[in-house]
Amino acid sequence: MDMDTPRMGFFTDTSVCIGCKACEVACKEWNLVPEDGLNLTGMSYDNTVGLSADTWRHVAFIEQRKPVENPDALAMAAGGDLQWLMASDVCKHCTHAGCLDVCPTGSLFRTEFGTVVVQEDICNGCGYCVPACPYGVIDRREEDGRAWKCTLCYDRISGGQEPACAKACPTDSIQFGPLDELRERAALRVSELQGAGVTEARLYGEDPTDGVGGDGAFFLLLAEPEVYGLPPDPVVPTRDLGTMWRQVGLAALTAVAGVALAFGVGR
Amino acid sequence: MAECHPVGFQWVMEAKARGAKVIHVDPRFTRTSAMADLHVPLRAGTDIAFLGALVNHVLTEEKYFREYMVAYTNAAAIVGEDFVDTEDLDGVFSGLDPESRNYDVNTWQYEGTEVQAASGERDLEYEDKVSSAGRGEAHGSGGAAVDQPETDKTLQHPRCVFQILKRHFARYTPETVEQICGIPPDKFRQVAELLTANSGRDRTTAFVYSVGWTQHTVGVQYIRTASILQSLLGNMGRPGGGILALRGHASIQGSTDIPTLFNILPGYIPMPHAHGNEDLDKFIEAESVDKGFWAEMRSYLVSMLKSWWGPAARADNDFCFDYLPRLTGSHSTYETVMAQLAGDCKGYFVLGENPAVGSSNAKLQRLGMAELDWLVVRDFSLIESATWWKDGPEIDSGELRTEDIGTEVFFMPAAAHTEKDGSFTNTQRMLQWHHQAVEPPGDARSELWFTYHLGRIIREKLAGSTDEADRPILDLTWDYPCKGAIAEPDAEAVLAEINGFGPDGKPLSSYLELKDDGSTMCGCWIYCGVYADGENQAARRKPGAHQSWVAPEWGWAWPANRRILYNRASADPDGKPWSERKTLVWWDAEERKWKGHDVPDFVPDKAPDYQPPEGARGAEALSGTDAFVMQADGKAWLYAPAGLTDGPLPTHYEPQDSPFENLLYQQQRNPVRQVKPFKHPDNRMHPIGSDVFPYVATTYRLTEHHTAGGMSRWLPYLSELQPEMFCEVSPELAAERGLEHMGWATIVTARGAIEARVMVTERMTPLTVQGRQLHQVGLPYHWGPNGYSVGDAANELASISLDPNTHIQEVKALSCDVRPGRRPTGKARLELVREYQRRAGITEDTGMEP
Repeated sequence: MDMDTPRMGFFTDTSVCIGCKACEVACKEWNLVPEDGLNLTGMSYDNTVGLSADTWRHVAFIEQRKPVENPDALAMAAGGDLQWLMASDVCKHCTHAGCLDVCPTGSLFRTEFGTVVVQEDICNGCGYCVPACPYGVIDRREEDGRAWKCTLCYDRISGGQEPACAKACPTDSIQFGPLDELRERAALRVSELQGAGVTEARLYGEDPTDGVGGDGAFFLLLAEPEVYGLPPDPVVPTRDLGTMWRQVGLAALTAVAGVALAFGVGR
Repeated sequence: MAECHPVGFQWVMEAKARGAKVIHVDPRFTRTSAMADLHVPLRAGTDIAFLGALVNHVLTEEKYFREYMVAYTNAAAIVGEDFVDTEDLDGVFSGLDPESRNYDVNTWQYEGTEVQAASGERDLEYEDKVSSAGRGEAHGSGGAAVDQPETDKTLQHPRCVFQILKRHFARYTPETVEQICGIPPDKFRQVAELLTANSGRDRTTAFVYSVGWTQHTVGVQYIRTASILQSLLGNMGRPGGGILALRGHASIQGSTDIPTLFNILPGYIPMPHAHGNEDLDKFIEAESVDKGFWAEMRSYLVSMLKSWWGPAARADNDFCFDYLPRLTGSHSTYETVMAQLAGDCKGYFVLGENPAVGSSNAKLQRLGMAELDWLVVRDFSLIESATWWKDGPEIDSGELRTEDIGTEVFFMPAAAHTEKDGSFTNTQRMLQWHHQAVEPPGDARSELWFTYHLGRIIREKLAGSTDEADRPILDLTWDYPCKGAIAEPDAEAVLAEINGFGPDGKPLSSYLELKDDGSTMCGCWIYCGVYADGENQAARRKPGAHQSWVAPEWGWAWPANRRILYNRASADPDGKPWSERKTLVWWDAEERKWKGHDVPDFVPDKAPDYQPPEGARGAEALSGTDAFVMQADGKAWLYAPAGLTDGPLPTHYEPQDSPFENLLYQQQRNPVRQVKPFKHPDNRMHPIGSDVFPYVATTYRLTEHHTAGGMSRWLPYLSELQPEMFCEVSPELAAERGLEHMGWATIVTARGAIEARVMVTERMTPLTVQGRQLHQVGLPYHWGPNGYSVGDAANELASISLDPNTHIQEVKALSCDVRPGRRPTGKARLELVREYQRRAGITEDTGMEP
């Protein structure tokens, strides 16, 4: 990695997301991502359902009754305890990216910005990356079999522009910048919200010691990650690859030894 | 606001980040409610009862900003003895003629004066004004002077506005709010406390509304109630205050400033009426005022006439005043439909509009268009208004047969805003220029191109005509430079013409330079200055961080690049800011000049203690504390002695179609709402409180689509986000009617039946109104049968019943029924509606009473 270029990423502050889906549309417009089907799902205003080969930004809508812990007068009055959570999900651009680890063609690579990008002209559609993503982000497009996902607008950021989704976001729910700065900003925002009595506010994916070594795209959530359909404790499947291979090797040795023994005994 | 104006909502989020409390009053829990500190669900169509109770709270708890109120509003003005309030006439004001369904507004005047409304529907008083102007001439030129109203600054006089207000709103209590709106008293008090605690010297509150307030038979009075509240609380003309109208499209504000409306000319000059013998002098006499900046209407109008007709407009021909079209009555879009049905209106231009889906009672719109000789539709795609003759619902039902329709339909593809230059004027009256990014594809052309070249061709065809009727067309200045392969007229040349030119041919820089002698030309007086120094001021894009917090160099705001109107009111009567925190403009006693962060909205050197000399007129007649400089008396009106057709004070009336009786008065509905001219077999109304139509429907937009769908339903990226028509209902209503989440429902009114997928959501809250549970049904109105994403149009259900001031339809509150399953098709769909009409006992007279 070029040491002069800081690692760039997204901080998605869902506490100010108004669910306008401008990020979804801007992403598709810029990256020429095809339409993903007309399905009225009944999942609140979420008709995109999740990230896929043809959806690189996805806004989740969760209608739920808030557990009444802090019967603050205002919150009580605001439609009882009804809350409507909105959150724009995206590829996490993991520090330890499973997709990248397993890609046999080198189509997936880490850019000078520390982001993870699929090169569409190299991808052979083997699909190994799909189960390797602990978030279920990367996906194969049915029409061509190749794998597609958010590039963090590699072309735009290479030209000094922010990604399309961040540019389109009217409330700065999606913030783009050097990851270090974003983490500082996020920590400040969480303590601000906590101080204002929003005790549910928490960060997701910002911790470099987590199962993926921290996300290049992390979030401020207002509920448990599961509420948004995010895994609570994601682990890159290739983390244990070394140990696994050691185990496999050991097992193989044992087997060989066993066979030899058997044959030896037989003799 | 988050739903329909997400880009503007960023500023609400910013205010919130700085500690602002956000209250959202809406029948539904929307994306705005999700961001609000307090959501107040109420029964659709009852906002005057709610706001009126807030007025009452402010008055009885003495929460008003007394010094502001006494100095800047008409609280102290004394109203004439003849005025009788709704409180004494059970819901109507004095002067009602139930036959003609009009108010004679003479009894609403201040004592001993005649006050001319500052703008709007002045023409209604036309005949009276002409005759009184005639009497005035008998006393000498200039007509009868408008005196200052008599006042009582102690506010004790029983007929002073303040006391009238107190009596009028006395019956608007938290208890009536609970009964009428379904808002519990606790919640009402919370709103009252937040609002009053955040208003005063040091703090201001802003109101933001949209068509949720306007689209009612008494819509203008909703906004009037907010105006009263804001004036009492001292929230007008001050930073962070005001009442902001969010407009439904990017430049709807622009389309009233440079109007697409039938009843006003550019800059809110009234359109003349078709009365005999009317000339420029009589028009000015009847329409302008003697005090304030409207006194200069003659300069504005003459400059406009010079701009339109150039050298042909001369002093000896009244500057071609006779060339202007004349009104013969209301010519709103709905009267036009009736004229089509009657065979009087033969041709119709539909530009960037989709009435077959987007207008109230969409069926009547289509039936009207079927009676035309020709129809021109300009849009991006083949919208429903362009294809109803071959695949509309009436073809399906057999009511229309394609081969019987004589309308010749022309479809002209339109260019998008990215494909042309032009300006957007936003709610803050700020113009922002947009530059063309790409050429329009194929035959698509801009409106400017279409209008200019159509005019050019018509003028070529008429060239040499000796018919006097052709002179207004032939004498027009119609000479815009064109550019490029498609001969696109230069939009900046149009902007320069709107801005206007002085006698030296140079661009004007302010409307104060306009003259009534024909030496200046200006297309729209309030826009004068947008092209000052020959520069497109609307194209300025200096970032906010590089200038003062008022950001005067981003775009250009009318008038005079002033960002907050009436900002003299941000200082106290002596000219000192009310508080450090809310400083905007102030009087500099040493320099004897108004100074400010914003452009002061006052004569620059008029001292706070200035008193006009006897017989002064125009701006000179405004005293040093007359902050509301466009008003005939310089005051914010708590009570409107003129200018409104349906009363000087807001009064709660039930919607045209309501499941409830009016709890406050015998008078059920706005007595002068426009409904009788729309009596038609396909525009039947509901009986009051009918249990056949027990629910209340309200229509709205979703973030993902745009109005009647022409700009969104054909786009895959938007269609996939909201792929089809749905209705939103509460779990309780779903249980009551057997509706299944994502199943189908049929919604029925006396006008039509539509189907929609069912969205059962707790965001819809049943309310307790007049002791019973009321369910409301949410209906997005984007869909129609054409396009990539399709569905039934909610406007099939709505009636034509209008606000009498604005001729706007009531689509935000209408009673209806909901039943499970899909609607029938063909003739059976009609039959279903007729069966409902029979069951409810509906006749042609139902709901037609005043």
